[in-house]
Amino acid sequence: MSTTKNNRRVVVTGIGWVTPLGHDVDSVWKRLLNSESGMGPTTRFDARTFPTSFSAEVRNYSIANFVKDTSVHASAGLNSQFALGAACQAWRQSGLDGFAGLNRRRVGLYLGAGEGVIDFDNYAASNIAGWNAEERKIDGVRWAEHAHRAMDRMREVEQEPNMPLAHLAREFGIRGPALNCLTACAASTQAIGEAFSLIQRGDTDVMLSGGTHTMIHLLGVTGFNRLTALSTSKGDPTKASRPFDATRDGFVMGEGSGMIVMEALDHALARGATPLAEVAGYGSSADAFRITDIHPEGRGGAASMAMALAQAGIDPHARRADGRAAIDYISAHGTGTKENDSIETRGVKRVFGTNAKDIPMSSIKSMMGHLIAAAGAVEFMTCVLAIRDGMLPPTINYGTPDPDLDLDYVPNKARSAKVDICLSNSFGFGGQNDTLVVKRFTA
Amino acid sequence: MSRRRVVITGLGPVTAHGVGIDPLWSALCEGRSALAPIRSFDASGFTAACGGELPADFDVKDLVPKSYRKATKVMARDIEIAVGGALTAVRDAGLATRGTDPDNPPTIRPDRVGCHIGAGLIAAELDELTSALATSRDAAGKFDPGHWGQQGMQELTPLWLLKYLPNMLACHVTIIHDCQGPSNTITCNEASSGLSLAESQRVIERGAADACLSGGADSKMNPMAYLRQELAGRLANCAKDADATKAVRPFDAAAAGTLIGEGGGILVVEAEETAKARGARIHAVLSGTGASQSWCEDTVGLVPDASGESLADAIHAALRDAGLAPSDIDAVIPFGSGVAALDALEKNALARVFGAEFATKPLVTLAPSIGTTCAGFGAIAVAVACRALSEQRLPARLNTAKADGLDATAAPSAPRSLRHILIATPSLGGQNSAAVVSRAS
Repeated sequence: MSTTKNNRRVVVTGIGWVTPLGHDVDSVWKRLLNSESGMGPTTRFDARTFPTSFSAEVRNYSIANFVKDTSVHASAGLNSQFALGAACQAWRQSGLDGFAGLNRRRVGLYLGAGEGVIDFDNYAASNIAGWNAEERKIDGVRWAEHAHRAMDRMREVEQEPNMPLAHLAREFGIRGPALNCLTACAASTQAIGEAFSLIQRGDTDVMLSGGTHTMIHLLGVTGFNRLTALSTSKGDPTKASRPFDATRDGFVMGEGSGMIVMEALDHALARGATPLAEVAGYGSSADAFRITDIHPEGRGGAASMAMALAQAGIDPHARRADGRAAIDYISAHGTGTKENDSIETRGVKRVFGTNAKDIPMSSIKSMMGHLIAAAGAVEFMTCVLAIRDGMLPPTINYGTPDPDLDLDYVPNKARSAKVDICLSNSFGFGGQNDTLVVKRFTA
Repeated sequence: MSRRRVVITGLGPVTAHGVGIDPLWSALCEGRSALAPIRSFDASGFTAACGGELPADFDVKDLVPKSYRKATKVMARDIEIAVGGALTAVRDAGLATRGTDPDNPPTIRPDRVGCHIGAGLIAAELDELTSALATSRDAAGKFDPGHWGQQGMQELTPLWLLKYLPNMLACHVTIIHDCQGPSNTITCNEASSGLSLAESQRVIERGAADACLSGGADSKMNPMAYLRQELAGRLANCAKDADATKAVRPFDAAAAGTLIGEGGGILVVEAEETAKARGARIHAVLSGTGASQSWCEDTVGLVPDASGESLADAIHAALRDAGLAPSDIDAVIPFGSGVAALDALEKNALARVFGAEFATKPLVTLAPSIGTTCAGFGAIAVAVACRALSEQRLPARLNTAKADGLDATAAPSAPRSLRHILIATPSLGGQNSAAVVSRAS
């Protein structure tokens, strides 16, 4: 019956990530708790004269350390490469690798993967070759002639945002429903939320979900610099990302992937898997306000938080029996732009009322940068780890309090805490808002 | 508790035949093809110089509310199609929204309206970008990133990036109609709109919204986007002076590629109980959806899964979801591109599902008339299915002369008793989508 299926509990049984701070779960988590930054000068293209010449890049990474056979992924673009490493970690931890009873038609994929990196050198050269300066337009024939010679079939197809799905499906033999969503910075939170509801609905038993993205390329940085969304701080790049600080001046681009294995609880227990945490609620909303601005009252973010909490059966205004606020930690969207951080703070207050000041809320974007479509998945994973270890990662570079931002941002230093219930927010350009609630698994 | 039924109350296809279901349906029934030489750029350097562009008089400014005209400056063609489709669908559904009737309260509470729109990989307008890139050339005429970082990029409008983000289709649509419920952008190539409709179905079922604007849109009418179709091996050989209306022959033994059509569609999908409560006209029932992932020998799916096994899985899932058997299906709208390897995949999948009955299931092919509409396909096909169910008529089929063992050869439009229509599509990348649309009772 559908009602039974809709009440199916969903647990996380594996997590993995490839980030600017490293390529395995525990070492990156340690560095986050040590307040380390992954920022440095941008090396993926010559950004020296750009308004923003620094970013948080994934370094020294190779899929050869993860996949069974690199030859079937030979054409993989960076997004697919990051996704493969992260997913292999999650898959291995889940124990599905050695589970002979796995019905691959009941395993699905739902990713928030970004578009691939354009073959910029050949693209620019083709455009210039096809440029008719007098008429100020492209001559299609000259363009095509150059582009046919210069551009590579595989490199072009790998830019499609659904290609990480193809690589992961190939690696793990996944045959169930497979979807990719691309709602800018909210994408992988949304992917996890929708994957969760596919399991709840009974369409699948297992979902591999998360996000992967890099926009550290010439046109990506150009786009965000033109929008004035990136930090243009001079000096030490490790100090550039300053979420919730009064001097914050934009986000710092990161890149990478976070992947999780989610499973129906009955499926996980039947095969003897260890649940790491339980997904308890998901909310999604649209601002429907303006193309570039967030609704000033944080209406959309508040709506997605309220929806996720309601699904988890949590009253945000209530206190628990031991006096704690309704939840223990918020993994903030916390980009470090003026607008986001103040509106997110307003939205949290709107939802939690007087409880808000007692709920620690930090942004790991201060250390890892903004992984764009992959950000939500990585931030969701920090919630799982916070529950596991009873530790909250900090917001680093917090020095000058902003008088309007008066919540507990876990400034500069990690903190130990009793952590049972966390909420993770992601808000995307274009007005999508997504929230997940994750809690300690108890049978 | 039984699950909420989802119905379709508004149709907004946008194709080479124009805006709305009427011009599309008439052309399909009369057997007209809109395929013609491409106007928006000189495509004579490509295998196919012809395709299915929107009519020359399509202007999104004519469709949007006056207060929104300025925003059309930051709309890529794909966004224009989605915006035009949504306005058309909302009007067809008789809904008052901020976009169609700003002076009155909305028919449905804004936070109960979701939006799921499939999108392709949107390519930047080359004239605009190159005019900026050309200012940053070194002495040898090559692009100079140093100059670009310092100066060249200033030539681009500050909102440049926002024209090309795939989620901007849904962004504009949600702003125009004030849809504050769950909103998503599915990017799975040709399966995108079908998967979006399925997500709307789930969102309504689980009670997170009562109605959704749902579908997809895509335009490859840009040299870069078009080149990607060429490199993927999709295009038929069709020079400017060839007869494009005869070029696409789905399931024909001699099928030799497709032509690309820009287009898409937005549908209003609604919980049956709220649609009935407001007295809405119900076009059809979205009775089931299914999805799957193919095993691709080459990983990425440029070489499609010839067995059709996974597409058949998606179809079986849609039938199960609808509580129907293969024998209940009266007609099929396949992707039907005329790309031989894709046709073979579809044929094998349908043969697996229908067995001996396959030869008698009429296949409705759209590509000879409007081209292959990529991420927009599923929404257009569902809109056509809705009209076919309400008219109890199959549209005409073009071009295909010989299709062994299939009901797919050229035929005029004819009346037909139709209860359930299956729409199914594979995609480059291996994601498959299927949906069953049923006659409103």
